[in-house]
Formats: sequence, structure tokens, C-alpha cells
Amino acid sequence: MEFKNNEAIYLQIAAYVSDNILLGKWPPEDKVPSVRELAVELQVNPNTVMRTYEYLQNQEVIYNKRGIGFFVTPDGVGKVKKHRRERFLQQDLPEFFRNIFLLDIPLEELQQRYEHFKTENFTTK
Amino acid sequence: MIHINNLSFGYRKKHLLFQNLNLSLFKGHIYGLLGKNGAGKSTLLKNMVGLAYPLEGTCTINGKNASKRSPEVLENLFFLPEEIYVPPLTSAKYVARTACFYPNFNEQEFYSYLAEFEVPRDAVLDKMSFGQQKKMMIAFALATNTELLVMDEPTNGLDIPSKVQFRKIIARALTEDRCVVISTHQVRDLESLIDTLVVVHNREIVVNEELDSIAEKLLFTTLPSAEGHDVLYAEESVRGLNAILPNTEGVYSKVDMELFFNAIINGNPSVVQLLHSNPLQNAF
Repeated sequence: MEFKNNEAIYLQIAAYVSDNILLGKWPPEDKVPSVRELAVELQVNPNTVMRTYEYLQNQEVIYNKRGIGFFVTPDGVGKVKKHRRERFLQQDLPEFFRNIFLLDIPLEELQQRYEHFKTENFTTK
Repeated sequence: MIHINNLSFGYRKKHLLFQNLNLSLFKGHIYGLLGKNGAGKSTLLKNMVGLAYPLEGTCTINGKNASKRSPEVLENLFFLPEEIYVPPLTSAKYVARTACFYPNFNEQEFYSYLAEFEVPRDAVLDKMSFGQQKKMMIAFALATNTELLVMDEPTNGLDIPSKVQFRKIIARALTEDRCVVISTHQVRDLESLIDTLVVVHNREIVVNEELDSIAEKLLFTTLPSAEGHDVLYAEESVRGLNAILPNTEGVYSKVDMELFFNAIINGNPSVVQLLHSNPLQNAF
């Protein structure tokens, strides 16, 4: 896995795990890869993955069954979405607002483009 | 695991490489040892494993003096030097002659590492290319399952796919009971593996700190200009200034090891001072 330069690796791994949960690859109540398995797959220090799992545990995205491993919580998807949403609203949206303000892009145009984007990408055919 | 106490060392008495150096390394970590050419990285590693004797002070492994080279210490450590020597034998014969010194050697693991590195198991070692020899020795080093594994520039000579395999194998091999020390100039090869940085500079250990704790105190970022920022150290790049700032907002950035290293060796005291600002972090 290629890591970006602007964010701690353990957070980037947390985003990767969250993506897999959102995509349904790792469904609720399923076991997620062990710390070592994920460390080998991503070629990172197992301690880093441990930190990721502790972080996701605090966010109630995964939980620890002692001696067995880590599992996705029943509401894992909801939790991921909630945290993602907060992060988007706080970090990405201000940047986006700044750009549309500087470039004089009216909200109507955005609305139009957004509808177009939805039909292009997210309609089930 | 390893405790170095007031170590002084020099190949000549008048020219000390280290003076009153102290360092403690623990199990369950992968330490990355950084230092300029000639700073004494390899010499420090040799002191750790009993290949060089301190002029003053001690270096102990699990409480035993490394320079005594007692069998119980040696069977529990493996040192992989930068330049390796391999005898004109096949891997199997090498194992038959050498593995007996390491009670926890696991032959099955050895062959699975060899397979992963795509090193032919029946080739004669000294007829193989340097990279193949190195991979064979890395496979052997890991299969000895010693508590202490010290590697001097292990990724030198490895091709691109082998570096990926190397990272995977190391990630698998690190357990709670193992201490891995790797000296390197190729920080990009290993930056996602190393969890603690040790920097040797001017005869001392200037940094011995977990990356997480470095990221807690320092912010690595790219700025359009230094204006209005409390820049501790910066380098020009195409995208702007690659800068180190104090981390005041609790944002976790990825530690840019090259930038960090340059900040230290260019004699930037504020970076190091800020790192040592929390007395609790230095308690050990």
C-alpha cells in the first residue's frame, strides 16, 4: 500500500479498514484480519496496525473478542459513516467552500453537476 | 533487552566515535538506526553484538555483557553485517553446519522465506548474485528466531520486488519477544516498518523516540510559504516548503524521516529540544 505524506500511517490504515467495512467486504459481526495478517499485507509494523485497531475500537467500529480476534461491530457501518461525515464536514468542506468562493461557482451549477454525477455513477442499471 | 551504559568507543583512543553514550532498546520493536556516513552506525551495532569492545562503559544483552560473547548470549542474537561472506555450499549444507548454533532455528520457516524471496534452494551460495546471497542470509537470520536481530543495511542490493517481500517478512517476524535493529540509509524502503528512530550524531544518540511520539510533538507538512508559521526546519520543494512545525493542535502527520534527519544533522537544536520537552517521555 502506498501511503500519503500528510497523514499518520495508522489513520490511513484505519481509513482502509473503514472502506472495506463500508464496501461490505468485511460485514458486521465478521472477523477482520488479524494484526499480523494486515501488517504483512500492507507491509507495515504490526504495532502500527495494533494502534489502528485500538483507534477503531474506541470509535466502536470493531470490537475485541478476547483470544479470538477483532470483529466488526453490529453497527460498524453506521459508526464509520458518522465519523467520516464529521471529518468531511470539518476538514474537506471548508476547503471546498473556499474553492467555489474563489472561483465564483454558483450553487445552482453545483446542484446540476451533482445530479448529473449521481446518475452517472450511482444509478443501478 | 539491550542496555548501553556510558559507552565510549574509538578505533583509536584519541579519536573517540562515541563518548558516554547511553541507549536502551526493548523487545517488540523495530528500531531504525540512522546516522551520516562515518557517524558510527555499524560500529555501534558491532558493540551491541560483541564484535567490538567498549573502551569504557558496558553493553549488556538481557543483563549479560555482550563483549564476553558467552554462548547463551550468542545463541540468542543474530547479526547480519552489510557485507556478507557465504561459503561455497548449498543452502541445505549451510543450514546443516550453522543452524545448530541457534536452538530456536526453524528449518521450515527458512525454506518458506527462501521461497518467498525466490532464491533457489539448491544453488551454491557463493555462485549466486550478491542480492540472492543477501536474501538467503536474511532468510537464515529470521529463521534463527533469536530474540535480538541486528541488520546493517539489509535492503542494500535487493531488487524492487525483494524489498516488498522483505517488508512483508519482517512484518510477519516481529513478535512481542523480538527486538529488531536495522541501520539504514534507505529510509524510504523501511519507513512503514520502523516504529522507533535512533539517530547517532556527533558521538551521541541525539534521538531515541517512537515515531508516534515524534508525530505527537512535531507536525510535518507542506506550506506555500513560511510566513505566519512557527517553522522549526524547512526545505524547498516543488510543491512548496516541506516544513517541520511544533504540533500544537494534536494533528497526527506522517513523520518524514528524511526531513527529520536533515533537521537534526544540520544542527537544528529546536527540533531536538522540542522532542525532549516532555520530561515523562525521557524518564526511561
